Amino acid sequence: MSRKGLWRILAVLALAMLVLAGCDSSKILPSDALNVLDPKGTAGEKSLDLIYFSIAIMLVVFAIVMAIFIYVLVKFRKREGVTLDRSKYKDHNTVLEIIWTVLPIAALVALAIPTVKYTFDLAEVPKGDDVLVVEVVGHQYWWEFKYPKQGFKTAQELHIPVGKKVHFKITGTDVLHAFWVPALGGKMDVIPGRVNELTLDAKKAGLYHGKCAELCGASHALMDFKVVAEEQADFDKWIAKMSAPPAPVVTAKEKQGEEIFNSSCIKCHAGMDPKREGPDLTKFGNRQSIAGILKYDEKNLKAWLKDPKSIKPGTKMEKFDFLNDQELDALTQYLMNRK
Amino acid sequence: MGTLLIMIVFGLFFAAIFTGGYNNTLIQRARKTTAWDWLTSVDHKKIGVMYFMAGIFYFVVGGLEALFMRYQLLVPGNDAFVGRTFNELLTMHGTTMIFFAAMPLIFGLINVVMPLQIGARDVAFPFLNSLGFWLFFFGALLTNMGWIFGGAPDAGWTSYVQLALNEYSPGPGVDYYVLGLQIAGAGTTMSGINFLVTILNMRTKGMSLLRMPMFTWTSLITSVLIIFAMPPLTIALLLLMMDRLFGANFFDHVMGGSAVLWEHLFWIFGHPEVYIVVLPAFGIMSDIFSTFSKKKLFGYNSMVFATSLIGFLGFMVWVHHMFTVGLGPVSNSIFAIATMLIAIPTGIKVFNWLFTMWGGELTFPVAMKWAIGFIPTFVIGGMTGIMLAAPPADFQYQDSYFVVAHFHYVLIGGTVFALLAGAYYWWPKMFGKMLSERLGNWHFWLFFIGFHLTFFPQHFLGLFGMPRRVFTYEPNVGLEYINQVSTFGAILMGIGTIIFAWNMIQSFRSKKIAAADPWDGRSLEWATETPVPFYNFAQLPEVRGVDAFWLEKQAGNKQMTPAEPLGKIHMPSGSHIPFLMSIALFVGGWGLIARSWQIGVMGLLAFGVTMFMRSFDRDHGFYVKPKELLDKEAKS
Repeated sequence: MSRKGLWRILAVLALAMLVLAGCDSSKILPSDALNVLDPKGTAGEKSLDLIYFSIAIMLVVFAIVMAIFIYVLVKFRKREGVTLDRSKYKDHNTVLEIIWTVLPIAALVALAIPTVKYTFDLAEVPKGDDVLVVEVVGHQYWWEFKYPKQGFKTAQELHIPVGKKVHFKITGTDVLHAFWVPALGGKMDVIPGRVNELTLDAKKAGLYHGKCAELCGASHALMDFKVVAEEQADFDKWIAKMSAPPAPVVTAKEKQGEEIFNSSCIKCHAGMDPKREGPDLTKFGNRQSIAGILKYDEKNLKAWLKDPKSIKPGTKMEKFDFLNDQELDALTQYLMNRK
Repeated sequence: MGTLLIMIVFGLFFAAIFTGGYNNTLIQRARKTTAWDWLTSVDHKKIGVMYFMAGIFYFVVGGLEALFMRYQLLVPGNDAFVGRTFNELLTMHGTTMIFFAAMPLIFGLINVVMPLQIGARDVAFPFLNSLGFWLFFFGALLTNMGWIFGGAPDAGWTSYVQLALNEYSPGPGVDYYVLGLQIAGAGTTMSGINFLVTILNMRTKGMSLLRMPMFTWTSLITSVLIIFAMPPLTIALLLLMMDRLFGANFFDHVMGGSAVLWEHLFWIFGHPEVYIVVLPAFGIMSDIFSTFSKKKLFGYNSMVFATSLIGFLGFMVWVHHMFTVGLGPVSNSIFAIATMLIAIPTGIKVFNWLFTMWGGELTFPVAMKWAIGFIPTFVIGGMTGIMLAAPPADFQYQDSYFVVAHFHYVLIGGTVFALLAGAYYWWPKMFGKMLSERLGNWHFWLFFIGFHLTFFPQHFLGLFGMPRRVFTYEPNVGLEYINQVSTFGAILMGIGTIIFAWNMIQSFRSKKIAAADPWDGRSLEWATETPVPFYNFAQLPEVRGVDAFWLEKQAGNKQMTPAEPLGKIHMPSGSHIPFLMSIALFVGGWGLIARSWQIGVMGLLAFGVTMFMRSFDRDHGFYVKPKELLDKEAKS
């Protein structure tokens, strides 16, 4: 049975359960955005092949063990008045013992061969002009994505073209994190002082969720990012948009916002203080989320500015509650217009 | 300077009390109390009971921490325990369950049962045994002090750097972990040495290595693992202490340190640790299967071989915890294959258990129910273990809830089930009373069903994209209901544990003394009286084969044949020094945590003084005279 087929059966079973319970399907069915069992990229497919193959072997072993187990429990229960002929049952049996040593070895060899092959496959570094290189930097608690060839960087949002190999060079600045996009493939640790490599691709356009998978502090659970996989044309448009000079500041309100930005935000958000580096906000107007977890709108942006630590415990971002409503308005307008 | 003076005055005050110079009647009165008796005991059975009860206490503490976490994860966006608090809970849950629940429960059973099984009157080093216990006790206490004073450790039980360094975990939290575990770890190492020497040197006549009960065999291998696995942890903790307390840079990448170094050191300890807690579990299961099948253990020699092989291979696989560190495909492949190899001896064990029952006469008291429940549970845990051993698949499982599900299947389905089985099985030898079978059945079924409801769905949480150690998850991506089932299961486990506690209390209150051999047992512990006299055997027994007591019973003898004439028995006398030594380290450790160097140094000095006291302690133990033994026999 194909992988898809298996998955469908599982889904149908889960759905049947839901219908019986009359429940909300989004609360039990995995989402396309982060389902390991329904991958949208080559690396994820390879992992899943191996997952299903190992489950298959294990199910056979489990069935054998359970068959003997249940037989033993039923057959050899103590029954009143029945005495078994004990002499038949020995306390060792060389043939049997050899069988249950050799058979598992065979099963493990069968598993080890594709394991080693795929391990090397996944470690292969793609070559050629057709490869997109992205540098990933993990920070407490946000992600920085640099496009070295295109010459710009983003935060919390990774855009990749469909059908192209994307080679990630992954590093960090503070503590360990792990870069994980469940729907596209396996994860790789972020280790400060080391550069790790990972190759992924997306076969289908869509919005995928990324996670930090290594405990990294108070807001580890909130260190999310989004992966936008789009067709080449859309991707090119996005590149053009990101590399263009920022939109001019026109209205008086935006000018006021710019002043506030330049007098306070810029210290962390333009790399002037290496100890307190914040995401680059040059193209903030193009974002789809705020802080990687909130919906992108004015209300959430204001809430974030007023008290970021209540939204992301332990974030290095300071409160901007000293701004009055008018100033806050100006700042948000300025930020949301930076496209 | 003021602190120092106060500490010196306190120190002199305590010295005066203990030497009797200040108030002699007080110390004399204290010596007669039961508390003093337990505090200073070097009797392996009493130390075992203390280990066991401390383990149960921390099992409940760790369980509460788990329930708090499951409550937080009941719905997405819950705000009961978030951020640092949640990290403290998950760190202390892991640390407590591994170091302060599983290990002492195992040491408790080994302490009580192993010397009886090999026909010894005590362990080889009774003083060291007591010291090991008190070091564990005060180490565990110190680690948990963080809850009250300044914040608990919050960098995970693995305490990965750089998160565990001052810069990212400010405050004393991780210091409690570093100092507490060093003190407890010293105790663990001592116990390992003690058990090893005891098993090798203290066996009674005829008890050759290949006649030892399987529990003793697994204790032996576990002791070896402890001796080799604890040093890497000690070194790792020492380096981390240097970094946190004294400004060294072993792990700070900015200064040329390495985070990967910590991971290696931790897992060179951490993986064998898994086998340290699971091998004795295998031993308990082997004894129980054999007893309640009324059959000799199937394939005894291959069981011994498999145990040793698991112990050996356990040191060869640590990198499978680090497949995503980026060590490259060559090392990943090698460690993947080494990991898969462990399945072979483990498989041998499972089949041997099944064939021990094959042709037996199975009865199912609660102890056997745990053993029966163990087989499918542990097999599932083992199978997910092999699935995790394949790096390309592991890239997806790593640090997701799939891993959480896997190691709980192994550690609860393997270790905890076995410890509970062992508790029901050896309870009459430990406490001289029986546990209620009726309550035990409730305990078993609630805990067993609760366990599977809690952890089986967690495999799917991981596959649906939920990382581990998170205090919240996204709504509407399929995670809500599964998390709720998991929390519900955890509550069932909690209720089961409450019933177990009630069962224990009922047993302590009951007046009925258990029979000496309630299960028709096979090994030497069942040949002793209940309650077991402090010298265990008036005359050491002679062993004529595997399942020594069973052989005698089959031959029509009611008791073991003595290996020696009735004579005077040399026993060690109790000592309060281990308790003092541990308090000294506790105070010193806490001083270092509080960055009060005076108190830290005072604690270490006091430790040195107590060691000095011990070195010049002219104590050769005492003798039990044959007349006392005969009198006792006549009375019973």
